[in-house]
Amino acid sequence: MAIHLHFDRDLCKGCQLCISLCPKHILALDSAPNTKGYRPACCTDEAACIGCASCAKICPDSVITITKD
Amino acid sequence: MQKREIWKGSEAIAEAAIRAGCRCFFGYPITPQNEIPEYMSRMLPQAGGVFVQAESELAAINMVYGAAASGVRAMTSSSSPGISLKQEGISYLVGAQLPAVIVNVMRGGPGLGSIQPSQGDYYQATRGGGNGDYRTVTLAPATLQEAVDLMQDAFDIADTYRNPVMVLADGLIGQMMEPIVWQDRPGRSLPPKTWAAEGRRGRTHNNFVTSLYIGAEECEEHNLELNRKYAAMEANECRWEELMTEDAQLILVAFGTPARVAETAMRNLRQEGWNVGLLRPITLWPFPTARIRELAGKSHVKAFLDVEMNLGQMLDDVNLAVNGQRPVHFYGRCGGAVPHVSEVEQAAQKVLEEVQ
Amino acid sequence: MTVIYQKTKGLQDTPLHYCPGCGHGIVHKLIGEVLEELGLLDTTVGICPVGCAVFAGSYFSCDCIEAAHGRAPAVATGVKRTHPDQCVFTYQGDGDLASIGTAEIVHAAMRGEKITTIFINNAIYGMTGGQMAPTTLVGQRATTAPLGRDPAQAGWPIRMAEMLSTLEGLVYAERVCVVDIPRLNKAKKAIKRAFELQMAGKGFTFVEVLSPCPTNWGMEPLEANQWLMEHMAAYYPLGVVKDTGGVTG
Repeated sequence: MAIHLHFDRDLCKGCQLCISLCPKHILALDSAPNTKGYRPACCTDEAACIGCASCAKICPDSVITITKD
Repeated sequence: MQKREIWKGSEAIAEAAIRAGCRCFFGYPITPQNEIPEYMSRMLPQAGGVFVQAESELAAINMVYGAAASGVRAMTSSSSPGISLKQEGISYLVGAQLPAVIVNVMRGGPGLGSIQPSQGDYYQATRGGGNGDYRTVTLAPATLQEAVDLMQDAFDIADTYRNPVMVLADGLIGQMMEPIVWQDRPGRSLPPKTWAAEGRRGRTHNNFVTSLYIGAEECEEHNLELNRKYAAMEANECRWEELMTEDAQLILVAFGTPARVAETAMRNLRQEGWNVGLLRPITLWPFPTARIRELAGKSHVKAFLDVEMNLGQMLDDVNLAVNGQRPVHFYGRCGGAVPHVSEVEQAAQKVLEEVQ
Repeated sequence: MTVIYQKTKGLQDTPLHYCPGCGHGIVHKLIGEVLEELGLLDTTVGICPVGCAVFAGSYFSCDCIEAAHGRAPAVATGVKRTHPDQCVFTYQGDGDLASIGTAEIVHAAMRGEKITTIFINNAIYGMTGGQMAPTTLVGQRATTAPLGRDPAQAGWPIRMAEMLSTLEGLVYAERVCVVDIPRLNKAKKAIKRAFELQMAGKGFTFVEVLSPCPTNWGMEPLEANQWLMEHMAAYYPLGVVKDTGGVTG
């Protein structure tokens, strides 16, 4: 069962709250800025995701949707 | 014959509001209008309505704002210092395009002033006492019969334009007793309140009632939209009464209690052979400017005498209407004093002698 | 495919205007989730404040009314008294609720208005640019307290949840924060209980959320959350302040 993280990257403001709460340390800021000019959060290793949804819950801008197959 | 009943002004105003379909009242005690909240606290629940004594006039007008925003006929009443506190809410009601009725039973000012009748809030009512460019239809009853009739109209006008309406009575109208006949006023056909924030209840969109238009251009457009409503109110809602102006050399202009005094003075002067008439604005805004200007242009009209219970506020509107065509004189008492018939007669006679 | 987490239907799709790391967005989401879970979105009227959350009516997916600064509890009273079956909440910041609107919140609580107030305490005026709030901590700098809040000049910060809890009409007050997932879950539970008690007709319910304002505190978002726990939570204790609501449902 694969877990998928979808980032609505142009909504992200790069606050890093999600990154700080990820127990698997698989979130990071993208090197390229989004349309707002922020470096948005992204997942560096989706296969390692356990689907705890901490990132999505804390996100002030509802950037992250999490699904599993 | 229709049944005549003796009522006290403030209670009659409250009863008229209930008969007009007002189902909630929010207010704060202040003399000389306490009989309105007292009557409402007793009678509104019996009519299936809501009465709340608020912690302040500020809170009361904002409760009115909430009830009006959720689509209910709402009103508040107060007297001059309390109406000053309500100005914030009145401005918000206009900005958010909400119908509501505000009754001001005026007393002497400024500040704490006196508790006797006054008309010192004319500017505040007709110019808009709160922030921003706005207007409120201002109805000024001179009798209790007119007060109860105007209450019904006030709610209808408010609903027609989605704009607050002020009923501007002086303390004498609020405190006196007079016979009235309860008559069924023909209600207007009113637009449905599709904008009301009362919970979506299956609606597919959210209703958001606000006076915030953050961009300059959208705020300007909002103001222009409001201005179109003011123009419609001016075109449709202006009311006044005229007595014996057909041949008048001198036209008295007065509203509310001073209009009653002026009418008696006019009749006395007529008996002495003076051609005196009376023009009584019933709406202070919109003001009967066009009619006064027309009268000023008539050859038989030599002068105007404006009579008020203040230092001359409506006087500005009379002057703007007459526009220099004829002299405009003023007689006023203020601070809670009511002009006596003999004083008005004397002032009128002086003008009449001057223009002979 | 199953959804583990997606944005609540309790919020519209409008992007939020709040600064990075601001607590408003998180609390908006929790309110939206609770209203959605309780099936209240169709029967709720939200009353929005003046302050950073002045646009909240464009975010919540329910009918909303924009109130004048501080007057939300009075506006809510007007709605709830005429629509007793609807769910009515106010969303207010510290300047709005604890300064200019103190009379309105105290008397709404005193009357036991059956409404829910979500109070965002970030110890600063956000929208106007970082001025001192009634909740600004002693020593905390603000643009109108450049040397830090001095009690001799500006008094001591006000604890609204405790103050309001002295009133009989208030049945539930809890102070929460949203700096991590356990605390966020607690905050959501508190918001849910507040709405449930309201709908059970118990009385006035109040949830105070200690919320970070990284921009006006001059901190990075993570640093702001740390500062919140170290300083704000020390002065404003987290937890249930009062609960006389009993069981609901």
